[in-house]
Amino acid sequence: MRFELMYDSFFKIIQGIPLTLEVVFLSTIFGLFLAVGVALMRVSNNKIFSNFAYYFIYTIRGTPLLLQLFFIYYGLAQFSFIRESFLWFFLEDPLFCGILTLTLSTAAYSAEIIRGGMQSVAPAYIEAGSSMGMSKMLRLRKIILPITIRQALPAYGNELILMVKATSLISIVTLMEITGIARTIISKTYAPVEIFIVAGSIYLLINFIITRFIKYAEYRLNHGSIQ
Amino acid sequence: MMELLAFGDTGWGDELLLSMVMTILVSTSSLAFGLIIGTIFASFKLSNSYILKTIAEFYTTVVRGVPELLVIYLLFFGGSGAVMYVAKIFGHMGYIELSPFTIGTIAVGAISGAYSTEVIRGAILAVPKGQFEAAQTLGMAKYTMSFKVIFPQVARLALPGIGNVWQVTLKDTALISVTGLVEIMRQSKIAAGSTHEPFIFYTVAIILYLFITSISYQFFNRAETKFSKGFVREVS
Repeated sequence: MRFELMYDSFFKIIQGIPLTLEVVFLSTIFGLFLAVGVALMRVSNNKIFSNFAYYFIYTIRGTPLLLQLFFIYYGLAQFSFIRESFLWFFLEDPLFCGILTLTLSTAAYSAEIIRGGMQSVAPAYIEAGSSMGMSKMLRLRKIILPITIRQALPAYGNELILMVKATSLISIVTLMEITGIARTIISKTYAPVEIFIVAGSIYLLINFIITRFIKYAEYRLNHGSIQ
Repeated sequence: MMELLAFGDTGWGDELLLSMVMTILVSTSSLAFGLIIGTIFASFKLSNSYILKTIAEFYTTVVRGVPELLVIYLLFFGGSGAVMYVAKIFGHMGYIELSPFTIGTIAVGAISGAYSTEVIRGAILAVPKGQFEAAQTLGMAKYTMSFKVIFPQVARLALPGIGNVWQVTLKDTALISVTGLVEIMRQSKIAAGSTHEPFIFYTVAIILYLFITSISYQFFNRAETKFSKGFVREVS
C-alpha cells in the first residue's frame, strides 16, 4: 500500500465530486418530471400514448447505457442537418449529452417504479375523490401522487444509487468526474488498488448519504400511516 | 446501407454477428461465475459465523455501491498483477497476462455475483422451514439435504431474480469494451470509426441488444412456467 499516493490522489479525486453531483442532480430532476409523464402515458387508455411509453421503456431498459450515450454523442452527430441546426450547440457538448442520456435512462426506469406505485393506489380512494366532485387533475395531485410517492420511495432510492454509479460512464466521453480522474491517476501510477479504494470510498460515502436521506424521507412520509 | 451490413470482406455483417456471439458468451460465463460467487456468499450471509457474515456484507455493499466501470478498471489494471503475486507464492516467476475475456468475466462476474448473493439468499430464506426439518428427521447429512432437498427448491425460487440479474449482467458487458474485448459495443465502435457511419452501427447495436434481451426474457418466462408447474403461488 502506498499511503502517500492515496493521500495525494484523494485531493485530486475530490475535485471530480462537483461534476458527479451536478450530473446526478440535473438528470434526476429532469428525469423525474419526464418519468411522471411517461408513467401517466403508460397507464393512459390512449393506445398511441401507452404504446409509445411502452416502447420507450423497452428500448432504454433493453440496451446498455454506454451504447445510448454513444448513440446520442457520436451517432446523432453524423447528420449534417443536425450539425447545422441549433441542436448542435447542445449536442456537441459532452456534458449536455451525458445529462441527456442519463435523464432518458432514469426516466424509463423511474417510470416503471412510478407506474407500480400508481397501480397500488386503491380504486376506492380515486372513487371517493370523484364522488366528492374532484377534477382529474386535482385527484392526481391530492390523492394519487402522494400515495404513489410513499409507495415508490424505497425503489426510487435504489434508482438514485444506480444514477450515482451511472455517472461514471460520462468519463468515457472525456468528462473528468470521479472515475475519469481515478482512471487518469491509475494509468499514470499503476496503483489500481490504492486508487480504487480512494475513489470507491467516495462513491460509497455519497451513496450512504443518499440511502440515509431516503430512509429519513420514508420515515417522515409514513408517519402515522398504517402499514 | 446494405453494403455496410453485408457479410464477407466488404461489409460488417459477419463481424457484428460474431461480436454478438462474444457478448452472449461473456455474459453467460459472467452470470455462471456470479452464481457460483453468489451461492458461496449467500451461504456466508446465512451462516452463524460473525466473520463470514461481515465478509459477505462488505463484498455486497462495496460492489453494489461502487460504479461498475471502477471495478472493471481495478481488474483491468490490477488483475494481472494480482495473479502474478499469487503465482509468485507458488514459485512461478515471470509475466502472466490475462486475456480481456478472462478479465471481463471476472469483473462482470464479481458485479453480478453481488446481486446474485441477494437473490439466492432470499430464495434460501423462502424455502419453508418444514423442508429443513423433514430432511433432518429423515437423518440426512447436511450435504445430502443441501443438494437433494434445498438446492432444487432454491433454483426454482431464485429463477425470476436470476432473470433480472441476467439482464443487468448482459448490459454490464458493454463496459468491458474499454478493455479491448470485441463484443457488440466495441465492434460497433470500430465499424462506426472506420466507416464514419456511427448512426447506422449504433442503431444496429441497439437492435442486437434488444434482440438478446427479448429472447432471454422469453426464455426465462418459459423456464419459470415450466419449473413452477404444480406449485400454487401463495397469495399474501
